[in-house]
Amino acid sequence: MKYLTEFRNGEIARAMAREIHQATTRPWKIMEVCGGQTHSIIKNGIDQMLPAGIEMIHGPGCPVCVTPLELIDKALAIAAQPGVIFCSFGDMLRVPGTEGDLFQVKGRGGDVRIVYSPLDAVEIAQKNPRHEVVFFGVGFETTAPANAMSVHLARRRGIRNFSLLVSHVLVPPAIEAILSAPGNQVQAFLAAGHVCSVMGYWQYPPLAEKFHVPIVVTGFEPLDLLDGIRRAVLQLESGLHQVENAYERIVTFEGNRAAQQLISQVFEVADRAWRGIGVIPRSGWRLNAAYRDFDAEHRFHISGIRTQESPLCRSGDVLRGVLKPAQCPAFGKQCTPRHPLGATMVSSEGACAAYYNYGRFLGAEDLKTAPSR
Amino acid sequence: MGRVNFGGVIKRVCLDYVPEVEVGDYTIVHVGFALSKIDPESAEKTLDLFRQMGVLEEELAGEDEALARAAAASPSNCPGGRCSS
Ligand code: SF4
Repeated sequence: MKYLTEFRNGEIARAMAREIHQATTRPWKIMEVCGGQTHSIIKNGIDQMLPAGIEMIHGPGCPVCVTPLELIDKALAIAAQPGVIFCSFGDMLRVPGTEGDLFQVKGRGGDVRIVYSPLDAVEIAQKNPRHEVVFFGVGFETTAPANAMSVHLARRRGIRNFSLLVSHVLVPPAIEAILSAPGNQVQAFLAAGHVCSVMGYWQYPPLAEKFHVPIVVTGFEPLDLLDGIRRAVLQLESGLHQVENAYERIVTFEGNRAAQQLISQVFEVADRAWRGIGVIPRSGWRLNAAYRDFDAEHRFHISGIRTQESPLCRSGDVLRGVLKPAQCPAFGKQCTPRHPLGATMVSSEGACAAYYNYGRFLGAEDLKTAPSR
Repeated sequence: MGRVNFGGVIKRVCLDYVPEVEVGDYTIVHVGFALSKIDPESAEKTLDLFRQMGVLEEELAGEDEALARAAAASPSNCPGGRCSS
């Protein structure tokens, strides 16, 4: 496909890797925030093309993984109610809640449906006026334009039986939290191209300035990732900390203004709990007062939720980048994609699933380069 | 709503956020929404820069070879087209 194949050229990839090797004089730790990028790095073996001193730290950019357990439990409770049609993207269905997952709710007779877009859920609501239709809208800034449009449309069409169980998380506050954490080791960031296609990258220069870290906006193809790493290394080696856009074919500084405008009409900034990480101030969006009628948490009063994580799961450490998935004692043993203990093993964007699916079990070399914590 | 061809599969996609797109343009799509038009000039510029990175022109895979390679490798972009970050 045009604009994809060209960015997977093996010759150029090797040339870029050579350049990174030549430029590297010291070890550096670079975080890719986005789970889609983690997936591509592991799948294409990009981390293995890099000099031994360059460590890619996998960030928390997997929306399914960071959705708080409490919200998953709420989803399970709402989906189990009679008269509810519960719509979600497919990868939320296997995410373990405290008791079971959405698949099990479906197995017990709940009307749980997988949709491709939140607009499909709006249509389902229009066709089923006697049912309450709830869409489980989790995601980063990239999914927000779609979720915002769904409630905007529902209101415009006078559809009252539609609501959103929504938990948006935002990248810049997460970067700030990672950099402010005591013992932070991340020295540069790859910023995720798709988030920036919506939001632009005007939020990053103050972060680069405050924390003295290079931030490079880049995409998902092997060449995009290698180019992003190359630019980050060149900056680190010369002591620079600038924001660079290595994804100019898709991302502009301002981002998508139309999308940002609808988002700001529908959502407001809120504190958010990130599963495995904890509360990050002002790190998410929720529906604002004008759209509260469309908020499923408001419509269904679910209370008395007691959450309990698997005691074996170390996904919090994985999401904070202090533990590589293969170093978790349960990895590949008690925990596999078929029987996941944590969300990071479920989602296609989760680091544990990426390591498992591409056969990255702990080898001698991983032990050698594994962080000491 | 518009129609977008994903390498042979045609899907209905909301184009409200990219009013500037025209028939024949390339765009990135996330959960049924086009979010950004791919700028062909900038894509070519980037590719040219990449090609100069110590690679001889003749080493570059031709379209057929690149296609064969890409077919052998499974798609590496955002899994399920649903990267939200
Ligand atoms: S391998 Fe499984 S148990 Fe271990 S951190 Fe990942 S999801 Fe949790």
